[in-house]
Amino acid sequence: MDLGALFGSFDSFLSFTIGGLVFGAIYALIALGYTMVYGVLQLINFAHSEVFMYGTFAVAWVFVFLHGTGSATWDLKQAAPTLLVALVAAMAMSAAIALLLERVAYRPLIKKNAPKLIILISAIGASFALSEAMGLRDRFAGWFGVDNKLANYVTPAKARDVYTNPVTIEPHGLFDIGGYTVTDVDLTIIVAALAMMIVLDQLVRRTRFGRGIRSVAQDPESAALMGVNATRVVQITFLIGGLAAGVAATLYMMKIGATKQSAGFLLGVKAFTAAVMGGIGNLRGALLGGLTLGVMENWGAAVFGNEWRDVVSFVLLVLILLVRPSGILGESLGKARA
Amino acid sequence: MIRFTKSARVLAAVAATGLMLSACGSSDSGGGSGSDGGSSDGSASSALCGKNLAFMGALTGDAGALGQNMVGGIELALQQYNDKNPDCQVNLKKFDSQGSPDTAPGLATQIVNDDSIFGLIGPGFSGESLATGKTFFEAGLPSISPSATNVTITQQGWTTWHRVIGNDDAQGKADAAYLTGDGGATKVFVIDDGQDYSKGLAGTVKDALGDALADSDQISVGQTDMSAAVTKVKASGADAVFYGGYYTEAGLLAKALRQGGFTGLFMSGDGSEDPNFVKVAGADAAEGAVLSAPAGPPPADFGASGLYATQSYDATNIFLAALDDGASTPEEINTFIGSYTGDGVSGPIAFDENGDIKESKIYAYFVKDGKLDVDNPQAIS
Repeated sequence: MDLGALFGSFDSFLSFTIGGLVFGAIYALIALGYTMVYGVLQLINFAHSEVFMYGTFAVAWVFVFLHGTGSATWDLKQAAPTLLVALVAAMAMSAAIALLLERVAYRPLIKKNAPKLIILISAIGASFALSEAMGLRDRFAGWFGVDNKLANYVTPAKARDVYTNPVTIEPHGLFDIGGYTVTDVDLTIIVAALAMMIVLDQLVRRTRFGRGIRSVAQDPESAALMGVNATRVVQITFLIGGLAAGVAATLYMMKIGATKQSAGFLLGVKAFTAAVMGGIGNLRGALLGGLTLGVMENWGAAVFGNEWRDVVSFVLLVLILLVRPSGILGESLGKARA
Repeated sequence: MIRFTKSARVLAAVAATGLMLSACGSSDSGGGSGSDGGSSDGSASSALCGKNLAFMGALTGDAGALGQNMVGGIELALQQYNDKNPDCQVNLKKFDSQGSPDTAPGLATQIVNDDSIFGLIGPGFSGESLATGKTFFEAGLPSISPSATNVTITQQGWTTWHRVIGNDDAQGKADAAYLTGDGGATKVFVIDDGQDYSKGLAGTVKDALGDALADSDQISVGQTDMSAAVTKVKASGADAVFYGGYYTEAGLLAKALRQGGFTGLFMSGDGSEDPNFVKVAGADAAEGAVLSAPAGPPPADFGASGLYATQSYDATNIFLAALDDGASTPEEINTFIGSYTGDGVSGPIAFDENGDIKESKIYAYFVKDGKLDVDNPQAIS
């Protein structure tokens, strides 16, 4: 097949592919949160998109705090120290939201042995509450009388409006693949996402915590009999998902630079799709699914037009599930070998 | 799939706290003092005193900020009127459609069944206007939209439907003329976000460009990854990009285009004419962008802010003028609106037989020195 004819030119093909990999890496990191919770609880954590969204705000807030609101353009090297602070803040914020979610929307229901559907609805409700709370942050600040002091953080224009990082991170070309210039920002995103995935994968496969997670995923009752604290394992699972979402949020803000209270929704749907595509409950599946989805979206956009990108990716999802109902890699978190 | 998930979440929200939170989100906003646009001498005593105007549009959701701008304009006009007429208070009932053509019809039924409502400011967007126009027309409820610009709305024969903003046809033609004229473009790539408003505007631009159209593409609302569109623009060799849609996606697109090495002209319409466009794109990427709008700059002391605030203020004042004129039934108000002539803060206002504003000047606003220069637009029609 002549790729050049299909995509306009071979250079365009490379450009579509690498652009897709960059976003796919972000999908993969968010997909991780869905897949971890599913692996342990067999539940879709619909509020995970909000965990990510709070992370993006943490990044923007750090930049506003350290830099002020004036618009500026920095290259990656200049922004790196601030980005590292933002990364820590975003991971802390996302992890805190994930833990809060587990404590408020999950644990009470799990303790009461509520049906899965009820927990699912509780998660969807929590997602709305979190998203709207961010959209109303100016009112909350107003209640405590700090809305003027915090004006730069709560009301850039109006709280529901798009909130931007005042610092635009300007990418610089590093090297060419064919006719496509790979930039430092793109490379950082892909490498950081891969590194994060490898660390987590090893964590689950090799550590004591990981063994606990896998045992609860396999058989919660036996695990409890063997002295594994299931509540604690669930907590750690949410924590890890939150940390990954925090990393994703930082990378996303590096590339996009703008967020709003509804920013998590579309990405959440995409990441969830990526998780299912790769095999939900499977960490490596999340990575593969994310990258596949990112690339397929861009290829679909290239060949059929941008308005078809979602059609192409979801048809692909259906096809994959028809052939392999449990996703590309299929195996669950519990069955992962040490 | 996305649609399904969305509606599933909406259903679930009824049972969840999210709804409560969004409900308290749509209370007080706007206000403040501003230019004197009221037309009352304090002696009004219409049968409609104590009754309500309705607003329908997006107050929450993705486009919630635009609806909040509109409510800001409406409340400013009402506040000025009510301050002047202590014995004739008119209040506002807000209906949050989230800008969705799926949600709006239910609200429209609520509005026409509410006897205390004598007029509608809205609907905010073109999609919801097309979905609800028939309901309002059959109920005989007069409406003035501050912002719905799709050409086909006023071709439906809904005689109660008006708008105080120029439609996309006028703007699209002026934009195309600017692109190939002052803009100096020879090949223009046109992108829209697939919504009724955006497709209408981008479609007019495409038609008016003729041979100067390089190619076109569509993105979706909420999309943040613009890399595919950027690759296509660059592959087409276009020297200008026109985008039909709203400022968030416009800003992200402008940013991605500049970072991808595109150096040509970036132009968009009234949906993007907002200071947030510059914030999202970043000052460097936004520099030199041209944003058109069918409205001049608001007066310096105008007490509401944001896109469509002036039009909403004007639309409200037309209803209030009908009250002062002694109109007491929806039919009388509708007749009054049809023959209304006046100068609003957004420009001269009079309606043709379809409900379109007669005279609408299109202005081009420029991003200069890292800011959207709202004070010095260039008239382009």
